[in-house]
Parts: sequence; C-alpha cells; structure tokens
Amino acid sequence: MEGQGLYAERKVFSLVLERRSSALALLFFVLVLILVFLAPIIAPTDPYLMSVRQRLTPPGDSFFLGSDAFGRDVLSRLLYAGRVSLMIGAGVALSSSILGVLIGLMAGFFRNLDGLISRIIDAMMAFPDILLAISLVAILGGSMINVIIALSIVYTPRIARIVRASTLVIRELPYVEAARSLGSSTVYVLTRHVLLNILSPIIVQATFIFVYAMLAEAGLSFLGVGVDPSTPTWGIMINEGRQYIDQAPYLILFPGLAISFSVLSLQLVGDGLRDALDPRIARQM
Amino acid sequence: MTESLVSIRGLSKVFQSEKGPVFAVQDVYLDIPKGDIVGLVGESGSGKTTLGRTLLRLIEPTSGDIVFDGNDMNSLDPSSLRALRRRMQIIFQDPIASLNPRLRVKEIISEGLVAHGVGSRKERTEKVAALLEEVGLQPEDMRRFPHEFSGGQRQRIGIARALALDPEFIVADESVSALDVSIQAQILNLLLDIRDQRGLTMLFIAHDLSVVEYLCDLVAVMYLGRIVEIGPSQDVYSSPSHPYTRSLLSAIPEPKPGLNSERELLQGDIPSPLNPPTGCVFRTRCKYALDSCAETIPTLVKLDKKHKSACLRLSEIS
Repeated sequence: MEGQGLYAERKVFSLVLERRSSALALLFFVLVLILVFLAPIIAPTDPYLMSVRQRLTPPGDSFFLGSDAFGRDVLSRLLYAGRVSLMIGAGVALSSSILGVLIGLMAGFFRNLDGLISRIIDAMMAFPDILLAISLVAILGGSMINVIIALSIVYTPRIARIVRASTLVIRELPYVEAARSLGSSTVYVLTRHVLLNILSPIIVQATFIFVYAMLAEAGLSFLGVGVDPSTPTWGIMINEGRQYIDQAPYLILFPGLAISFSVLSLQLVGDGLRDALDPRIARQM
Repeated sequence: MTESLVSIRGLSKVFQSEKGPVFAVQDVYLDIPKGDIVGLVGESGSGKTTLGRTLLRLIEPTSGDIVFDGNDMNSLDPSSLRALRRRMQIIFQDPIASLNPRLRVKEIISEGLVAHGVGSRKERTEKVAALLEEVGLQPEDMRRFPHEFSGGQRQRIGIARALALDPEFIVADESVSALDVSIQAQILNLLLDIRDQRGLTMLFIAHDLSVVEYLCDLVAVMYLGRIVEIGPSQDVYSSPSHPYTRSLLSAIPEPKPGLNSERELLQGDIPSPLNPPTGCVFRTRCKYALDSCAETIPTLVKLDKKHKSACLRLSEIS
C-alpha cells in the first residue's frame, strides 16, 4: 500500500534501465534517432541522385548497402527515409495523445457526454486500423501531414479509452471531492488531480502508438496510399524493391530490417515502461 | 438554548438506480448548535455519509432545506453558494485516497486558498506553514509528498487542508476509523483542540460508539436513512430509549467478562434502502415490534429537553 502510485519519474527511468532488454532497446533506438537526425551530414550521397549506369549494384565498395533500380544509394535513402518514418510515428503518437486525452477526459468526467463519445469510440475501434487509415488517406490525399492526420484519427480512440477509464476511477476519489468542497475549478481538477495521475498509462500507450504508426505508415506506403512516392520512406523503399526481389533482394532487406529493429526496440522500451509503472511487476524486477 | 449553525429541515435524498429508487436519507431534521460536535452514528448503509455529503452540497438533496447560519442554501445563487461553501469543509476517512499522491503537501493544503484567490504566493506559503504547525507537523513537511507520511500524519494533512479556508463547520466522515487505536486518540485530541481554539462546529460521522462518546456533545443515531434517536451524549449513553440504540450500545464490548449479561444483540442485516419497511424502518429487526409498527412512521418524541426518540412503544418499553 505504502507509496502506491507514487512512482516518481526518476525511479521509473532507473527501473526501465535495470532490465537489460529495455536498456539495450533504448540505446539502440537513441542510436537510430541520432543517425537519422544526422542524415544530411553522414549520408554518403544525395538520396535522390540517380546514376543509371550503376543501377542495382550489390552492396560493396561503391555503394555500402547497394543501389536501387535508378542507381540511388540505398544507405542514403535509408537514412532520409528514417526521418520521415520516425517523424510520422512521433507525430501520430503526440497528436493522438493530445486528442485522446481531451476526448477521454471529457467522456470520463462529464457523465452526459460519456454515452455519445463512448459509442463513437467503439464504432471507430470496430474498423480494422489499416482499412480506416487507407480510406482516410484516400479522402484527404497522400502527403506526410495527411498521413499523420489519418493515423492520429485511427489511434486517438485507444488513448481516449484509457483516459476515460482512468478518469472514471479518479473522479470518485476523495481528493477530487475535497477539491470540489474547496471550490477548485473543473480545469484545476482535470489537470492537477486527474491528468497528473494518469500520465503513466498515457505515456506507455503513446510509445505503442509510435510503433503502430510506423508500421501502418510502412503498410500504407507499400500499398501506395501513403506519402508522396517521391519522398523516401521505409515502406516506399520496400514497395519499390519488390519488383527486383530476384535480382536485388537487399533492396527490401535493409528497409525491412530498419523497420523491424526500430519497431522492436521501441516496443521493448514500451514494455519496460509499462512493467516499471506497474507496482506489482516493478517489485519483482 | 444555543443558536444552531446548521439546521436540516426535512432533508431527503433518493438515488435513482437501475433497480429503482434508493432511499438513502429520509425526512431528516437535525440542528447542529454552534460550537458543538454532533456525532452521527449508525451501521453501514444507514445514510450517514450521504447526509454529511448533502450538507456540503457535494450531493444535491432531493427535497428539504439546509439552513446555514441563517441562509437557506436552496435559495442562494451560485456565487453566494460558493462563498457559503467556503465556510464548511470535510475531513475524509481514507488518509491515502484523500490526498493526491502527485502533489506536494504545500499544494494540497493551499488548494482552497488558490481556488479562492486568497493571498499572495508568499502569504499562502506562510499560511501553510502555520497550518502544519497547528496540526502538529513541521513547516518543512510542505515540500514532501503524501507517501512520505504515516496514516496519522496524512490525516493531519487532510485536517490542515480543511482548515486552510478557516471554515466554521466541518464534516468529519469516519475520520479516525482507518487509523490505529493509539493514533485515533491523537487525532481525536487534535480535533478537540482545534474545536476549542477556533470555535468550530463539527458533524462527526462514525460507526464507533466509544469514539463518539469521547468526542461529541450530541449524538444522533441513524437507521436506514432516518434519525431514530438524538440527544446529549451522556443521556443517550446512560439511558438509551430506542430499541436500536440499545442494541448498538450493548454491542460495545465490556472490559470485564459477564458484566453486560443482558445484551440485546441485533439479528440479521439492515434491510435494503431500495425497499425500506413500511411504518417504522427498524421493525423488521425489533423484538418489541407489533403489527401497528408497520402502519405508522414514528416521529421523534421529546423525552426531556434535548433527548428525543422515534419509537411508537417508547412508553411501554422504557
């Protein structure tokens, strides 16, 4: 009982690092972030530079990870594509968290809104994620912003549901009742009492949404309904490489590995966070 | 007679549930004299907590009036109601759930001051320090989090928060029942000290009769949403008149074995407030009940100046 729900952020962070898999995963993900951020400096060539005479060159001296059907450097493209993929992941995680928190707080705190909002959330979650995303991008048109908007709409209900459920619990706690008798405003109650106490599950869910969004972006790009095909993303690279799978399997191997490892590492960080924030599991760690 | 700070006039609260209306509080009349501590006792489900919450307008009453210091709370506009509510506060049962674990003690205690825009930041800090000393904690404690304190200390923080707006009336809802007995005594003495120094009026809700006897000037006994007996503590404890009060008191364990050989122990559970018995609510568990008890709702009858009891057979059984 003592100290429950009082996991100060610092303690959580050290608990995440204590677990070897999540510590390694965090290290790897930070490395990916640094590489991708430094793309303009460390990329060997311009990712759009074509040299038709050197098309489909296997990995080796001239191209570290080979070249694609237009003779573009795969390593450079991989680094630049990572920027788009991670940006979409982060953008979706952030905007769906903000939207989900607002909607979830309203549904959880104001009883008369709950019925309507919860039915809409249920209806949206009944759609398969990728199908909903495809139709939204089809309506909005393919660009990075539109993909972020579409995926944020798809993943907002996940956050909203968690926020609503936690808000329902906290709304009935004595310290919220005390706040009412002290005359605190609804905004104060929602931010200081409710939101502050449900941050942990939101952060965990946001990391998972980051992962889902990166995968969904790759899926959308592969299906040709993602961002503008001239912008490299990991999904688009796999889509382009698909036609040359016999001659140049490395064209889908490297972006595939990039997606897999980024997603895996982020997922492990999320798992570590979730376990560290759960007092029952944290004690065993 | 002393002037009453809070007057409850025919208060009822009916909750609408899926199974039908729940009669939590029914037609309660209660005067709380200024400067007194009134104990409200009864089993779980008797409606005592609902009554306390309704007084503070944390729950809207279904019908009836609450008059606070001459102001009828039903007829007030929202801003006057807000000003009035500032003068009444609550202390909770659970010292863990009643403090936000993410906030520092300073923020917890000064919440009411911030909400009402009292003082500057510096003045609020000074006020929090003074309040912490008043409840027996250190001013330095304001920088700590609730989990760094023991149960008794947390209850002191809850009391300091309630006192921050200098209220005149406090509802203490089972405020010591979650604590160890030795800590209970400390908190009870603290409440008595505060009452004496600030001239506070208090409604002390409890199920522990010995605590109420120690603390309270008046005792009201509730059963299934109705007050069945009310009177000065010493009168109610020495000569309980209502059959329910008698059984409650004989359930207090005596230190000497065999001392209370004539116990009137209650059988069964409190009936559901979804479907309360007709007539006298206690008749289903009362050994004196007659057929007539099912027909008439007994009203509080004066035994002497302040002691009242609601039983149809009062004269026959006493």
